[in-house]
Amino acid sequence: MSSEKLTGNLLTPTRRGLLVGAATLSATAMLPQLALAEAPPTAQVNTTGLAVTDSEVTVGILHSVTGTMAISETGSVEAEKLAIEQINAQGGVLGRKIKFIQEDGASDWPTFAEKAKKLLVQDKCAAVMGCWTSASRKAVLPVFEQYNGMLYYPTFYEGLEQSKNVIYTGQEATQQILAGLNWVTKEKGAKTFYLLGSDYIWPRTSNKIARKHIENVLKLKVVGEEYFPLGSTQFNSVINKMKLVKPDVIYAIIVGGSNVAFYKQLRAAGIDLTKQTLMTISVTEDEILGIGGENIVGAYACMKYFQSLDNPNNKAFVPAFKKMWGEKTVIGDVTQAAYLGPWLWKLTVEKAGSFDIDKVAAASPGVEFKGAPEGYVRIHENHHLWSKTRVGRARDDGQYDVIYETAELMEPDPFPKGYQ
Amino acid sequence: MFGYSLGELGSILVMQGFSGLILFSVYLLMALGLAIIFGQMGVINMAHGEFMILGAYMTYFCSHLFASFLPGLYGGYFFVAMVVAFIASGAAGLFVEWALIRRLYARPLDTLLATWGLSLIMQQAFRSGFGAREVGVELPPWMMGSLQVTDTIEVQINGLFVMGLTLLITAGVALLLFRSRWGLQVRSVMANRTMAGAVGIDTRRTDRLTFGLGCGIAGIAGSAFTMIGSTGPTAGQLYIVDTFLVVVFGGAQSLIGTIASALTISQSQSTLEFFLTGSMAKVLTLLIVIGILMLRPQGLFALKVRR
Repeated sequence: MSSEKLTGNLLTPTRRGLLVGAATLSATAMLPQLALAEAPPTAQVNTTGLAVTDSEVTVGILHSVTGTMAISETGSVEAEKLAIEQINAQGGVLGRKIKFIQEDGASDWPTFAEKAKKLLVQDKCAAVMGCWTSASRKAVLPVFEQYNGMLYYPTFYEGLEQSKNVIYTGQEATQQILAGLNWVTKEKGAKTFYLLGSDYIWPRTSNKIARKHIENVLKLKVVGEEYFPLGSTQFNSVINKMKLVKPDVIYAIIVGGSNVAFYKQLRAAGIDLTKQTLMTISVTEDEILGIGGENIVGAYACMKYFQSLDNPNNKAFVPAFKKMWGEKTVIGDVTQAAYLGPWLWKLTVEKAGSFDIDKVAAASPGVEFKGAPEGYVRIHENHHLWSKTRVGRARDDGQYDVIYETAELMEPDPFPKGYQ
Repeated sequence: MFGYSLGELGSILVMQGFSGLILFSVYLLMALGLAIIFGQMGVINMAHGEFMILGAYMTYFCSHLFASFLPGLYGGYFFVAMVVAFIASGAAGLFVEWALIRRLYARPLDTLLATWGLSLIMQQAFRSGFGAREVGVELPPWMMGSLQVTDTIEVQINGLFVMGLTLLITAGVALLLFRSRWGLQVRSVMANRTMAGAVGIDTRRTDRLTFGLGCGIAGIAGSAFTMIGSTGPTAGQLYIVDTFLVVVFGGAQSLIGTIASALTISQSQSTLEFFLTGSMAKVLTLLIVIGILMLRPQGLFALKVRR
């Protein structure tokens, strides 16, 4: 999948129009043969009764579009629909157009499990793009394993999981944390760290990994570690504490509405993030919409993707996304990871030459996507992605300047030794 | 923990005292509207948080309006926004009272279910109207930052603003309740609805105005909280638990109780938070509240009401 091809098909309507025109003029007679050559018979590519016909294949989209999590999951739905549209514009998967069925998880974990079962048992989806929180993923995992489905999960998460039936297109914790800590130590000469987080599994596991890395590998000091209930809106006490302790780096993994409160109160308390180093792994461009760029300018975020990333794939991806979903939308790390899902599935199916779940799962390791907006990704044996870690610095317009990226792809390691 | 110098300890004390006061103002502002509705009318309004967020969205709306059409007056938009928030939430409150609440006065537990449903409807309406993502409300520059009192002591301007606002609104509510004709009617309806009706008080009108006023104050609170919190379709849920905690702990029918309860909860929360961590502070605060409520189920201050 070259980026040039992407650009050609989607971004220059005139050229696309010309191609279509040329095809209708000269190749009408050839089309049936073409379709035959491209699309192997259904009986051959679908031996387990999935929803695959000669012209169509059905996949599921399972995210929350209502409830608390709609804030975060909207971007993922948008990215997945864009990817599906682009794949269809290029002729689909094994000559079949992708049709999607969207279900709403409604920010409720049992609902996720129920809808997952519906998508697999009733709709026979060949793949499902979905889930956002770890809780929703944990709720659907038994369903996917029992009914042998394929889930493409987009969010960066705490690791400690691996399944034949899931491809994790976001980073597991070590991919997001280690390189960033190394960078901040080297570049900022940091010696002391203050760890903050919302009180649930992802921030706690991530901070545990961060602490082990800081103390055992970098031989530096953690001077504080604190957690706040989800939805907490008062941070003045901890801000006072940090003013006294004066850590070199504030390492913050605060999520949701708390995030907004935290950065607004930091600024109100006179802590200028252009002077005080703050690193976060929980604030993407999406979150900055709520926080307000002026409240977080100068903070460092450690992600694998930023909207401002400068490469040809991303230069095609960002305008295509905005064209479909509006000029004002922003694209965060998870949105990009969600966009990878349908593409990786298409590439894997084509590599396997079959829609069968077992064959797709077996063919997944080694599948590479050169058209990824983040640059290049490859699926590891453990079903996570090899990808680069990047550090961005927040600007006041809500975008990040990418100031560092790892030279090599980081290996996904969901069960890191020495960090548990 | 105690490795600080004496001077540092002094400024800790001052700054912690100040954050305690800010927290107190925030709690009180959240709870005032509910204290009127729950305390005076006995309606358990689960949609209180959503009325606050309606105010927050009005503030967002006003900031855009001023930025586009009246950039010269941008610094003052916040005051206009608070008035708009009061009117919008108040009007929504009047409508809800007319359409829903007045049919349920005899069934207090049903108001809980009905207003919870209302809160879900309002959340989805926000989501459809303003988008699922959070919106950022930009503040006029003068409201950001802090005043440097000494080298180590800083006072946050928006904290001062919230404190001033809370003081003003609390005083206003107290005046209305205890020094106005309307307040007298509210208090008599609360004490004995049938008797109040018999002496010629229009109890329906009193109820409607009380509910509207409570919702309007929630709107102002929501508007003020754009300074410290997030504005999204479900952000109201962040406040509702603390709000009920303050009102119930204070004794539902007493304004003084609400103030005392907000003070107790905020001070213990912010002090504990400094010496422990955020989560532990919350746990301990809740334990204290539960303990006291076991000893005094009616709350800190309770009025004698004839049932």
